[in-house]
Amino acid sequence: MIFNDFNPAEDKLFRIMDDEGRVINPEYMPEVNPETIRKAYQSMLFARTADLMAVSYQRQGRMFTYPPILGQEAIQAAAGMLIRRDDWLVPAFREMAIMLAKGVSLKEIFLYYLGNEEGSNFKDAHHVLPICVPIGSQYLHATGIAYEVKYNKKDEVVFPFIGDGGTSEGDFSEALNFAAVWQVPVVFTIQNNQYAISVPVQRQTRSINLAVKSVAFGMPGIKVDGNDFFAMYKAYQEAIQWARDGKGPVLIEAYTYRKGAHTTSDDPSKYRTKEEEKLWEAKDPLLRLKKHMELNNISLMEKEENVAQTDLSPAELHSGIITKDDLFAGEDTLIESYKEEVDRQFIAAETFRAYELDDVFKHMYVEMPDELARQKADYEQFLRWKEARR
Amino acid sequence: MSVMNMVQALNNAFDIKLAEDRSVVMFGEDVGLEGGVFRVTEGLQKKYGVERVFDSPLAESAIVGTGLGMAMAGLRPIVELQFDGFTYPAFNQIISNVSRMNNRTRGMYKAPMVIRFPYGGAINAIEHHSESPESLYAHIPGLKVVVPSTPHDAKGLMISAIETDDPVIFMEPKRIYRAIKQEVSDEKFSIPIGKAKIVQEGTDITLITFGALVRECQKAAEMAKAEGISVEIVDLRTIYPIDRETVGASIRKTGRVLIVAEAPQSFSVGSELVTIANEEAFLSLEAPPRRVMGFDTIVPLAQGEKFYLVTPERILYEMIQLKNY
Ligand SMILES: Cc1ncc(C[n+]2csc(CCOP(=O)(O)OP(=O)(O)O)c2C)c(N)n1
Ligand SMILES: [Mg+2]
Repeated sequence: MIFNDFNPAEDKLFRIMDDEGRVINPEYMPEVNPETIRKAYQSMLFARTADLMAVSYQRQGRMFTYPPILGQEAIQAAAGMLIRRDDWLVPAFREMAIMLAKGVSLKEIFLYYLGNEEGSNFKDAHHVLPICVPIGSQYLHATGIAYEVKYNKKDEVVFPFIGDGGTSEGDFSEALNFAAVWQVPVVFTIQNNQYAISVPVQRQTRSINLAVKSVAFGMPGIKVDGNDFFAMYKAYQEAIQWARDGKGPVLIEAYTYRKGAHTTSDDPSKYRTKEEEKLWEAKDPLLRLKKHMELNNISLMEKEENVAQTDLSPAELHSGIITKDDLFAGEDTLIESYKEEVDRQFIAAETFRAYELDDVFKHMYVEMPDELARQKADYEQFLRWKEARR
Repeated sequence: MSVMNMVQALNNAFDIKLAEDRSVVMFGEDVGLEGGVFRVTEGLQKKYGVERVFDSPLAESAIVGTGLGMAMAGLRPIVELQFDGFTYPAFNQIISNVSRMNNRTRGMYKAPMVIRFPYGGAINAIEHHSESPESLYAHIPGLKVVVPSTPHDAKGLMISAIETDDPVIFMEPKRIYRAIKQEVSDEKFSIPIGKAKIVQEGTDITLITFGALVRECQKAAEMAKAEGISVEIVDLRTIYPIDRETVGASIRKTGRVLIVAEAPQSFSVGSELVTIANEEAFLSLEAPPRRVMGFDTIVPLAQGEKFYLVTPERILYEMIQLKNY
């Protein structure tokens, strides 16, 4: 088990690929066929396209503050490919990619950042909790959900997410402790992107890493290269198996980098250097998977699509002289089609029905108290007065 | 004198206290290197060092709990909680220990600390960034709750807050952090906690308010002039201890009172002020006291704020109802 081989107390980092996309730990390589790898890359590319466009919508003044996931796509792509329909996703607020994988629509995500609560009313997603803004508090909900899973002898696993900063909140430790005491099926993920707004993880904790916190609570833990899709995939496979087998919770630290700003309101140049950003640029998760695919002759599109897009003759294809460029020949076209899709979803959110007074009131209680109805009626009277004054 | 906005005025108050009193320390999330997400503490770490102005790990209960420890041991911590909606993880420390230590130890251990945070809506924020929890804190025996409405007041009240030996909840109206600029003395001065201010005198209606809504009340009063209504505005400055005398005197003078605040109205500062109106001015009242406040709902996300926020027009409407009673 990789959890035994990569002891966080010795600060071991679980990687399968190096920065150049070469497999350096083949014994751990998960069994993934080219089609799965292709899908993984495409889902990361879609998430990245959507994320970059979200930032640009905000810059254009069409959307409010947004927290980019840039650089953290591999973690969420891996979890997203393995999480089942009945499994539970318990996000913090930087989990756009895995929310999409669980069936949340981009339109809904955009609607939330356009300032409408309907963006948390996921129409087609099953077992997905809304974005949770009070740091760390969601971790406890995950443990509680997992108690129900065990209680009713279900086959589900719960996937809560938190950031490195969030591990300092009491709720983080309490959730791990309860989950371990109860031996419930939770795969806890920490997305360690090195920063909590301006505070680097070195000033957040003196632990040698975040995965090691699992030791104190009595559960397996592992520090994984979060920009290595295969390592994340393998770690999730084993963690999920462990939890589904009824062996209790697991902690995964995904060691990554927040390439973007904390949110669109933040300016990272205040607290980190360009050199540091450059260093991490070389570890970019998409870049790495792409290099791996190129080294292993895996094309971005399926072969037939590839032919259509690149005008390669079948003879050329079969002769095995496809160049690196050819392998990713369809990428620009693919990005264009993603952009169109993202824009469609954004416009659907922008043109969502207008916010009404009733939206403020109607879900505050399951049974609307008379007092609240009175306040609403009072306000409607004001609106009539205002209208008459015009 | 210098022209300052509220961010600069607060920064100036910290600067003065850090310079003259070595026991003053400041910390919280992003407070040190970055100077806070609203830059209220910008430059102070550079000037006073990381032992006195620093970033804490991300944990509000710990920020307030360790702050209390420092205070009991003789320091005067000023701790920042990043937003109104993130003060709640610290609620246990505030209600169970900070507010009670002086009483619990019969005065042996005091809690001379300032717990400061930006509050209120109108910044198009996501959830938990737009709340006005003054009633929650004013309801806790042992706390002083202070809310400035101008740069000048922010500086003078903050200096008092740091100097008092009681714990102070200091709520900073984030929507006017940079919106109001005025001449503020560069010298040290203080404004007493517990004293309200008459912002403008009038004869028909008393508006009682505080923080960011003082400005909205001034706009409403301007509009009311056109309707022939003369408005007196009382800025509480301090929520607790409340200035019963100033409030009572103003209501006795005008005979009509409208309370203006942003928090949910039920069981609020508004409720308390209606009680004071009855207790202090019952025989002078010409109409039942009224409130214009938030609904008993969560502050809606950005698109719904237009319904929730108290606007000058809504204040005017309420004043007309009062006048025509
Ligand atoms: C209880 C609480 N305190 C403070 C905040 C303000 N805040 C929002 S994000 C953030 C930093 C979070 O850092 P981390 O946990 O590393 O997650 P990341 O933003 O890096 O994804 C802070 C302090 C909050 N949302 N909730
Ligand atoms: Mg982080």
